[in-house]
Amino acid sequence: MEHLKENQEDKNVKGLSTELWLKVLRYLKPLRKNLLLICVFMPILATIDSVFPLLTGYAIDNFIAKKTLENMPAFIVVYMACVVGLAGTVYLFIAQGAIVEAGILKILRKLGFEKLQKLSFSYYDKNAVGWMIARLTSDVNRLGEMLCWGLVDMFWGLSYMFVISIIMLILNWKLALVTLVVVPILAILSLFFQKRILHTSRLVRKINSKLTGAFNEGITGVKATKSLVAEELQFNDFTKLTGEMKRSSYKSAIYAAVYLPIVLTLGSIGMALVVYYGGVQVRFGDLSFGELVVFINYAVQFYEPVREVARVYTELQMAQASAERIMGLVETPLEIQDSPEVEAIYGTTFEPKVENWDAFKGEIAFEHVAFQYVEGEPVLKDFNLSVKPGEKVALVGETGSGKSTVVNLACRFYEPTNGRILLDGKDYKSKSQLWLQDKIGYVLQAPHLFSGTIRDNIRYGKLDATDLEIEAAAKLTNAHSFILKLDQGYDTQVGEGGAMLSTGEKQLISFARAVIKNPKLFILDEATSSIDTETEQMIQQAIDNVLRDRTAFIIAHRLSTIRSADKIVVMRKGEIVEQGTHRQLMALRGYYYKLYTHQFIEDEENHLLKNVT
Amino acid sequence: MKRMKLLWHYLKGQRLTMLLSVVAVGLSTYFMIQIPFILKFAIDSVIGSKAPDLSNSGVNIALAVFSLETYRANMWLIGVLLVVMTLLRGLFQLLKGHYAAKGSENVAKRLRERMFHHIQSLSYQYHVKVETGDLIQRCTSDVDTIKRFIGSQTVEIGGVAFLLSMIIYSMVRMHPVMTLFSTMALPVGAGFSIYFFNRINQVFKDVDEHEGKLSTIIQENLSGVRVVRAFGRQSYELERFNLNNDLYSEKILRLVKEFAKYWSSQDLIVLTQTGIMIFSGTYFTISGDMSLGTFVAFTTLTGYMLWPIRTLGRVLSEMSKSFVAVDRIETVLAEQSEFEGGGETPNLQGDIVIKDVSFSYEGSEREVLKHINLKIKAGETLAILGPTGAGKSTLIHLLARFYEPTQGSISIGDHPIHTVEKHHLRKHVAVVLQEPFLFAKNLTENIRIARHTASQLEVEQAAQVAQIHDNILTFDKGYDTLVGEKGVSLSGGQKQRVAIARKLVTDAPVLIFDDSLSAVDTETDAAIRQRLKGHNRGLTTIIVSHRISTLSEADHIIVIEDGVITQEGNHDQLIAQEGLYQKVYEIQDAGMIQKIS
Repeated sequence: MEHLKENQEDKNVKGLSTELWLKVLRYLKPLRKNLLLICVFMPILATIDSVFPLLTGYAIDNFIAKKTLENMPAFIVVYMACVVGLAGTVYLFIAQGAIVEAGILKILRKLGFEKLQKLSFSYYDKNAVGWMIARLTSDVNRLGEMLCWGLVDMFWGLSYMFVISIIMLILNWKLALVTLVVVPILAILSLFFQKRILHTSRLVRKINSKLTGAFNEGITGVKATKSLVAEELQFNDFTKLTGEMKRSSYKSAIYAAVYLPIVLTLGSIGMALVVYYGGVQVRFGDLSFGELVVFINYAVQFYEPVREVARVYTELQMAQASAERIMGLVETPLEIQDSPEVEAIYGTTFEPKVENWDAFKGEIAFEHVAFQYVEGEPVLKDFNLSVKPGEKVALVGETGSGKSTVVNLACRFYEPTNGRILLDGKDYKSKSQLWLQDKIGYVLQAPHLFSGTIRDNIRYGKLDATDLEIEAAAKLTNAHSFILKLDQGYDTQVGEGGAMLSTGEKQLISFARAVIKNPKLFILDEATSSIDTETEQMIQQAIDNVLRDRTAFIIAHRLSTIRSADKIVVMRKGEIVEQGTHRQLMALRGYYYKLYTHQFIEDEENHLLKNVT
Repeated sequence: MKRMKLLWHYLKGQRLTMLLSVVAVGLSTYFMIQIPFILKFAIDSVIGSKAPDLSNSGVNIALAVFSLETYRANMWLIGVLLVVMTLLRGLFQLLKGHYAAKGSENVAKRLRERMFHHIQSLSYQYHVKVETGDLIQRCTSDVDTIKRFIGSQTVEIGGVAFLLSMIIYSMVRMHPVMTLFSTMALPVGAGFSIYFFNRINQVFKDVDEHEGKLSTIIQENLSGVRVVRAFGRQSYELERFNLNNDLYSEKILRLVKEFAKYWSSQDLIVLTQTGIMIFSGTYFTISGDMSLGTFVAFTTLTGYMLWPIRTLGRVLSEMSKSFVAVDRIETVLAEQSEFEGGGETPNLQGDIVIKDVSFSYEGSEREVLKHINLKIKAGETLAILGPTGAGKSTLIHLLARFYEPTQGSISIGDHPIHTVEKHHLRKHVAVVLQEPFLFAKNLTENIRIARHTASQLEVEQAAQVAQIHDNILTFDKGYDTLVGEKGVSLSGGQKQRVAIARKLVTDAPVLIFDDSLSAVDTETDAAIRQRLKGHNRGLTTIIVSHRISTLSEADHIIVIEDGVITQEGNHDQLIAQEGLYQKVYEIQDAGMIQKIS
């Protein structure tokens, strides 16, 4: 999984990709109205913002200079109207922003999640779960924040600059040009510093995650450190990291600390120019005191929108990486997909047409099946096997012999690169994936339960199951008795991933979950982890109960399961090397014999030495 | 109060730096508020013709440099004055940034190191109980919270205090009544801000909770993807997700709408305040009570106060979080280090004598070991067999003093080990753990970790004895290959052999294998033991294993069951006795296999 390391984040300080952002906006269609409203509110807000200095200027020129309070009530009314107008606009735009932000989060996350429900297993093999979660959480969050508030700030900044410039030009175009002299320098410096600030703060984040990693290692490896008496060495290594952290955090802080004075000074140069040129004009009567004050205010305030626009511009470049990753996920092509013809009959993943589904007798056959996960490394070359309805076949072989691949193909988690898999004599590609999943009962090697109650977990196999059916399934798989012993019975919370239960208990429940949907074909991936004898007997009994009258495909590890199979298929390096009943194969004294005796020793040892509960 | 004292304690060594930073804030604020006075001076006395207001120090300085006439004749000098004041303000702000960053980063660095060092020294017992994620959070985000508190909040609050007092002071000197009109709404804004941020914390918590729930759903769905597919439950999962996704979005919506209310009402308060100031200012100016310059100075000064007042609530609510962080960090630091008290550092050679040792874990009634008596002669190999949970590992933990016996004593060459300093003891009693932990370093560094002065040759020799040398050479970068998450992943057997190699570079006289060859195949296992014999002849070895081939070669074998030594002797004696050893022997003996087929 090396390629997953997120070093791609570093390379992306490049121009903005209009194409990508347009694509993102296409997905955000339902929010267009709100986005548009924000775009309308921002110029209004910027206009009201820039009216306040004008009002102060008006007060100076019309009341103070003329020494009269005439029209003062009207002025107060206008002023307060502006105040209310501004507060109202602020409320409305933030409220719209709230809708947009929440909407973006909701839409993008849903898009990603929906896609992940459809993506083939090859995608899951290539990408770590943590990586996928990060797409749906941190990337979506960043994009939501950026697209909403980033745009707000950007629009406000641009409109504010525009409105102030216009007002100044109308009032006194010469003085306006003098005031605006510093703006280009301000813009360039702002872009430069914002980029630096963002860059160093990302460096800090990176070192911070290293630091977290070091703490993690220090804590989880404490036993090794203690037994090696390596505390001092580890601590010295750690101080290198804290030193690095200190230096880059300091650097990051200093960039910000340098930037602000520079901006302020540039602002003051603007103000100085206004005071000087404006002052001269006031003396000659070309400019009123009020107008001078207006210009001074504008000169001071100009740096804020410039800073905001520069900040948003750089952050947008960073957010682009998030957008790319999310769009990458959403637009990943599906490797296994039902054909339009199949979908027409059977329906889609989210809208199945159950009424059209045909029955399944339970016959499965592999015909010249070849498969490879990685190009050039074939796992199966020419695999042939047919299982008749009601037959129980055990697959036996060492790790890497291809047993799990056979199961993956049978469940259509992957499709054969060559050859066909037939269900009741028909290629399974002529049926929908959901149909297949409905007909097959698949019990995994590592039983995975969802958080919730035991009842919820069993019901997962048949969503409309009654409590009675759930109990019946649990009884069939021998889970009923241990469930009743629990304080809350069927309503016991299993914890995340079933953490509150033992492995054996989880296996029994996951078995009940498969049984309740009453499938014709069972695929059983037996757990390798050792469990105590009593539980093993219970599971064995459960298997016998359940598999009566059903076709079964078992990746077998337990001797008892192997012995009771109708047929044992021995695999080695992707090929079937021996097949037959237990008796026949033992008599051969071949590969099976060796595997079996080895397994026997291990089993017996486990019984003697491991008090697994 | 206790927490303030602790924070003060954290500041040790940085107090002067932080003081300088606060002084810099004060100076920066001083120069900042000179600007309105220079504007007032310019408007009233340079452009206008009033006598300069000498109550302001900035104006006095300006007049000390040049005369009023010079300013009137060269009005650009006012511009220079403005830029100079801003430059000084900026300079001190930069200094503030520098000192605050330096001080707070140093505090954070020291705190991180202190935490790391302390955690490394906490007992094994503590580490078994502790929740790793929570502990890491205390070391990282809690430390960051304290860093922010010291580096930004204290300075910020200090800055606001300076700002308000200086502004109000100079306002009062200009016009006391106007001061009242300019600040009357500020307490309302501040109070509202504090009230709001206290209240919004609850909403934040709610949002966090829902986000956590949604993350769990995504996490469970993705890691359980096989189950989801096997049962064709995609649309069910989507529905469940949508439900929570919608709920979370709603919470976000609510949160931001709260902020919409907050910021708009703050704008209302603040701008009304400005309005009151303008209206009354206009009145006072017209009535001749106040000059135009003073009016302009008041508008600018009022503007300076508004933003800090609006964010006061946020700063205060952040502050209260840092007190929680201090508590969380102090709980960890209050745990007792296992190295406290030190001990002797004698020459640890000779027989190991275990005398009447019993052990039970803290808070548990069950005795894991019961009255164990055992003598291991120097240079001898002892093998231990026993079922899981019988107490084998516990016995080994006692030998390295990861735990202390509840009864009885252990001594090495007449030195009771409870009097021996723990580092010293563990340097002599080298335990190769059952589950080897390799560090995220390269292989040489991993092997050298117990003795970092070991030469490359010694490292490779140890690797050869541990039968891992040839494997290492097959890696692209050989001994420089990184191990762990970012490097190659080694198999269980390879890890165990690296773990053995790193013990071999030390020349500990006692070497203990706690079932640490279980993932190595039988032949390699034998080869390692063969080489080991040649490596160090005086070595006392203790091996926990369930392989008869391994056990049989030991000078002395014991069987532990349920905390008691049930069998003792050499291989020949034990296979003749009825018991666990015989049973295991029979299973592993080839003859048994014939019977079953």
